[in-house]
Amino acid sequence: MRYSIFSLLRQSWAGHTGWTPAWRDAAPKSDYDVIIIGGGGHGLATAHYLASQHGITNVAVIEKGHVGSGNIGRNTTIIRSNYLLPGNTPFYELSLKLWEGLEQDINYNAMVSQRGVINLYHSDAQRDAYARRGNAMRIAGVDAELLGKEEVRAMLPFFNYDDARFPIQGGLLQRRGGSVRHDAVAWGYARAADRGGVDIVQNCEVTGLAIEAGRVVGVETTRGPIRARKVALAVAGNSSRLAAMAGLRLPIESHVLQAFVSEGVKPLIDTVVTFGAGHFYVSQSDKGGLVFGGDIDGYNSYAQRGNLPVIEDVMESAMALWPGLGRIRLLRHWGGIMDMSMDGSPIIDHTPIEGLYLNAGWCYGGFKATPGSGWCFAHLIATDKPHPVAAAYRLDRFATGRLIDEKGVGAQPNLQ
Amino acid sequence: MSPQPFRTPAGGLIDRAKPFGFSFDGRRLEGYEGDTLASALLANGVRLVGRSFKYHRPRGILSAGSEEPNALVELRSGARREPNTRATTAELFDGLEAASQNRWPSLDFDLLSVNSLFGSALAAGFYYKTFMWPAAFWERVYEPLIRRAAGLGRAAVAADPDHYEKAFAFCDVLVIGGGPAGLSAALSAGRAGARVILCDEDFALGGRLLSDRRMIGGRPAADWLAATLAELESMPDMRLMRRSTVFGVYDHGVYGVVERVSDHLPTPPPFQPRQRSWRITAKRAILAAGAIERPVVFAGNDTPGVMLAGAVRSYVNRFGVLPGREAVLFTTGDDGWTTARDLADAGARVVAIVDARAEIDAGLRALAERIGARLVTGAVVESAHGGKALRGISVRNAAGHHVEMACDLLAVSNGWNPTLHLTSHQNTRPVWDATIAAFVPGAMPPGLVAAGSAAGRFRLEQALDGGARLGAEAAAECGHGRGAGTTDRTADDEGLPATPVWRVSGGSGRKRGKAFVDFQNDVTDFDIELSAREGFRAVEHLKRYTTLGMATDQGKTSNVSGLALMAEQTGKLIPDTGTTIFRPPYTPVAIGALGGHHRGRDFRPTRISPTHAWSERQGAVFIESGAWIRAQYYPQPGERDWLETVNREVLAVRAGVGVCDVSTLGKIDLQGRDVGVFLDRVYCNTWSTLPIGKARYGLMLREDGFVMDDGTTSRLADDHYLMTTTTANAGKVMQHLEFCHQVLWPELDVRMVSVSERWAQAAIAGPRSRDVLRGVVDGQHDISDDAFPYLAAREVTVGGGIPARLFRISFSGERAFELAVPSGFGDAMMQAIMASGRDYGITPYGLEALGVLRIEKGHVAGSELNGQTTARDLGLGKMMSSKKDYIGRLMATRPALVEAERPTLAGFRPVDASQRLRAGAHFLGLGQPASIENDEGHMTSTAYSPHLRSWIGLGRIRNGATRIGERVRAYDPVRNGDVVVEICNPVFFDPEGARLHG
Amino acid sequence: MRIDCPHCGSRDVQEFIYLRDAGPRRPDGMAATLAEMHVYLHERDNPAGRHRELWYHGSGCRAWLVVTRDTRTHAVFAVEALPASVESAST
Repeated sequence: MRYSIFSLLRQSWAGHTGWTPAWRDAAPKSDYDVIIIGGGGHGLATAHYLASQHGITNVAVIEKGHVGSGNIGRNTTIIRSNYLLPGNTPFYELSLKLWEGLEQDINYNAMVSQRGVINLYHSDAQRDAYARRGNAMRIAGVDAELLGKEEVRAMLPFFNYDDARFPIQGGLLQRRGGSVRHDAVAWGYARAADRGGVDIVQNCEVTGLAIEAGRVVGVETTRGPIRARKVALAVAGNSSRLAAMAGLRLPIESHVLQAFVSEGVKPLIDTVVTFGAGHFYVSQSDKGGLVFGGDIDGYNSYAQRGNLPVIEDVMESAMALWPGLGRIRLLRHWGGIMDMSMDGSPIIDHTPIEGLYLNAGWCYGGFKATPGSGWCFAHLIATDKPHPVAAAYRLDRFATGRLIDEKGVGAQPNLQ
Repeated sequence: MSPQPFRTPAGGLIDRAKPFGFSFDGRRLEGYEGDTLASALLANGVRLVGRSFKYHRPRGILSAGSEEPNALVELRSGARREPNTRATTAELFDGLEAASQNRWPSLDFDLLSVNSLFGSALAAGFYYKTFMWPAAFWERVYEPLIRRAAGLGRAAVAADPDHYEKAFAFCDVLVIGGGPAGLSAALSAGRAGARVILCDEDFALGGRLLSDRRMIGGRPAADWLAATLAELESMPDMRLMRRSTVFGVYDHGVYGVVERVSDHLPTPPPFQPRQRSWRITAKRAILAAGAIERPVVFAGNDTPGVMLAGAVRSYVNRFGVLPGREAVLFTTGDDGWTTARDLADAGARVVAIVDARAEIDAGLRALAERIGARLVTGAVVESAHGGKALRGISVRNAAGHHVEMACDLLAVSNGWNPTLHLTSHQNTRPVWDATIAAFVPGAMPPGLVAAGSAAGRFRLEQALDGGARLGAEAAAECGHGRGAGTTDRTADDEGLPATPVWRVSGGSGRKRGKAFVDFQNDVTDFDIELSAREGFRAVEHLKRYTTLGMATDQGKTSNVSGLALMAEQTGKLIPDTGTTIFRPPYTPVAIGALGGHHRGRDFRPTRISPTHAWSERQGAVFIESGAWIRAQYYPQPGERDWLETVNREVLAVRAGVGVCDVSTLGKIDLQGRDVGVFLDRVYCNTWSTLPIGKARYGLMLREDGFVMDDGTTSRLADDHYLMTTTTANAGKVMQHLEFCHQVLWPELDVRMVSVSERWAQAAIAGPRSRDVLRGVVDGQHDISDDAFPYLAAREVTVGGGIPARLFRISFSGERAFELAVPSGFGDAMMQAIMASGRDYGITPYGLEALGVLRIEKGHVAGSELNGQTTARDLGLGKMMSSKKDYIGRLMATRPALVEAERPTLAGFRPVDASQRLRAGAHFLGLGQPASIENDEGHMTSTAYSPHLRSWIGLGRIRNGATRIGERVRAYDPVRNGDVVVEICNPVFFDPEGARLHG
Repeated sequence: MRIDCPHCGSRDVQEFIYLRDAGPRRPDGMAATLAEMHVYLHERDNPAGRHRELWYHGSGCRAWLVVTRDTRTHAVFAVEALPASVESAST
């Protein structure tokens, strides 16, 4: 059923008895053209675009748990395209443009909300670094504005401007950035892919990759073997484990990133803000909770939970930036597992195994990339050529040196 | 002030001699010390306390603890306003101010309760299906409306005026919960000699013993409680922490605890924090957090006046309050009957007891008879009515007939769920225990065990015995023997819960009132059906789609019911439907507490140079530079702006002499036979040939071939070197060198230590620098150009024997020295330099002038060494030795790192000398449109050169070195800049370097 | 999380800095190929389970340690000091 105010009112009158499952809980067939491993945002978006843009519908998305149970539902919901390097900016801008038309495309309200993203700066050097980035964005056709202290104060009057260890000097604003209701992205893409003919197979864990003569021919799963001509990995957090099934070692470490939400309060803050003198970023959800995050814990982990030092570090930054937060309470904290790559940028590429495609290494930028990642990964799988805006996301760039290192910290994932 | 009409004439643990005045929504009321806000409100007959999140339904008080979903208020006012505070845990104090929240214009008349009328359209997930057209309306129309309606209380806007602290503690045994199980555990562990910390969220220890009329060892439980507390207080290694919630379980026995030091007072006492967050490391921990009673899902179950039966006992027995005068008990087991008994004994009329069971024990029948309550068995409460206060209920009896009853209180007893939240903080899952129809702890975090009700062992004797046994075992595991002392732990009989009733359906279709599963998030049984119908059946989907359990109570009273209802829908058993996993914190924790004192200027440590006080006396303007506060410039009277000051400082250095603090540079002392070899491997240039008494500029790469750091290193003796690093990278380089030595090349004889803070260091730069130094360095040291040429480095003495180090190195391009003395002599050194330099017009200069001088000389610094540049990019490719291995050697040869068209360092001058340059501008070919393809690089550093009377810049541009003289655009759209610049040699001043040698 | 430093005893994780997997040995830069150095630098052990890794006790004794830890549970099985440097190597 198509979702609209009319169907909602009709169903509301009928006691909501006419709704059907948002997507079929499909049983796996024996054979597909494409198997996408991973029923998270990127995998589901890839399936949707394979069906809708490339007419490839004999596709299964294989998910070990339930749709959206990974990082798509464990992030801080921020979207933006405020990147510095030419390998990144056009990709994230494509992604942002896809966000802007997402709801109409998939007929699902994911609450894409372009309320702006501000990166605060606290020194002349940081201002110039943000100017460099803002200029790079403008050159790439992306909106960016460099704000002074008083302009920031007008937007965010309750921050600490006058008694701070690292006083706010201004900020880099991308008005088109914002936030999205994260779960709805997974559900909306799942529903759209399902309507496009894709099988979404839940509770089906991949236990092995079937490889014959250097070519992938299918997957082994807890629900039996499934053949496929092409297999695509979209399992960020677990990319190394899946790639190991094909004998590949990746330039990736898995790290835990914690995220936080406060109790709901009446609207306080309209934009997404990142603190420039510590690891802290914050926005407010439509439900009223302040959603915030910080740095990764810094050690390899698959545990989906972190420890107090980082929690306290985030809260310290919160109080330093916004001293009125003291009496608002932290409601929940949790962790997601990030694919931390060796230059902080992702990989969308072939692998050395024919027919095996890799979408990995999203570090903590994966959520905002969801539509763009699906779009470009579908393009790669369908055409065997990289999409122009994702052409830099090569697996071999660490060997060739064609890195996309926004922070300039080198091959140390826990600093990316 | 009004009297307290619902206060019992006597009884309870409140202090009737200490009345406290307080206000709710401006109404002046009175309670007693020992009350919570909730008990005081009930004592005053206040039933309507809040409005619900989505439908704005009137809500009252459901519970008497931290599980409360409904009675959330704004506590205090102004900068101390605390939204979403549970009235059931807020301790009453004299002058307390509370206000209801999420209502407009008033609690009694809330316009948004109109949402209830549209309730059907606002079912779970409705927003995912609409608000999509027209696209632009989401941000402009729909979302602002939703945001304004959503949220709960209003936060304070001003800075929190109170202080917070962090504290650390270590113990053998941490006991979580101060009820019978926890106290028993603490007692047996303490008697064994273990170091014990016991935490309880309540302000009084005793747990359910405070609320239930029980006997232990044949005497009232209060006697046991008093004796136990007295013994615990007497133990030397026993810390009893009241008002302290263990909110999280972290790795390796680390527990997060928040102590509410002053929340029960109007304002914190002097020098006391409002709250203190603890990191407690315990070898063993015992979870004795009790259990949480569960409601029944029936229509109107959120009406103010419908309460949990155990909470009713708390109000009656602990607080001396009757939550109602005409009460009905709805129970599914024996446990609830004690509520009827206690209500009757306290003077309420128990109208009826509705027991879902068909068969009732004769003793209970006799109780019903004694208290004059009508007994309806095999029956359920189908609905409750009354809107803002309960007026009556509709009971469906065993025959299926409806019986209407008038009442103002409905106590609901439906069994208890163990408070096992902490056991799942490390993602271990609880297991279903069918005998008590509840989840109990399954796999546990290492070192944690559960006792008493938290383990699903609900009887008091089980709590006392289990606690004592686990306490003794924990002490034994920490190496303590068995303790002396005995306690009679026999308890009186008690009834236990029977089969729960998850939901009472009935009523007809759309006419039926709403039956809530999650009160706070307004999730109804109907929403769960809808969720199942739409395929959101997995527990994580159920929670996220309906928002079940996502409110500030984290579903303490709703998660299990929600699972039970989903199980009904899917025809599965509850444990096959899913388990509940709780995330930290157990109850919400103030952000201020977790931040501690790290706020304002104390957010991070401030490092100051050993010459800081001297700079202050010179009138310096300071600036944050990473962790350091450094002198930026030294204004003189009459100077109009910073640029005038900086220009004067720069000119003074080149014309005469200046002095600048450089103490913040990293300094690493390296000693050993193999330091030369070691330096060969960590720097890209050669070191083993460095003569004693000489300094050399070194460039360090990361293993990936990009530049990591630079600085000069000196050889003070055969086996003794002193390395300097940039200020920013001092710690990083030290870690890197330790790695290289300990992990890569442990066979090298090298020892190293950071001496950054041991030495104060000053740069004395300018043509007269040697003259100045002659007056500072002790006379026996020859510092003439011949004896002490460029790059000389030696240990000397100053001030008549104070050890010092002198380096003839230059960042400014002038004849220059750096003099280092032990930190404590930093101020004296600066005074001596100034005194010696007075005749030469010595000028203190700061960070800004330092920057101008180095840009004039084309020296790279932080914005060029930004981790994205190679040695070749910076024009330093020749430093890379080909004769030895060093960190980064091979990776620097990767194809993309040696491409000719990489942006390389060049100088830039505006063609129109009046135009300003700014770092961060990008370079575009003249006449070329702005596009990624045309982007040729960017400006890294800029400065105004008073010598050239023009702004100058360093930057990286494609093929920079080969394009001297070419003109390009410095394009800076975010600052409306677009300047035509000429590419030039990056060394703007004295390109031959003649001045270095004097 | 806590790490039992062989020199300092059990300390909070806050005192330590994680670097990387402990298995790969840095090849000699004069002898190795670019490809070998690339593998050493970039291709990491990243198991879900037992993992040997390098930690630096930066706020303590400054020793580099090899910690064996389960990345799924964070349980630490062993903390080893590195083979000592010149004294033990030469005696």
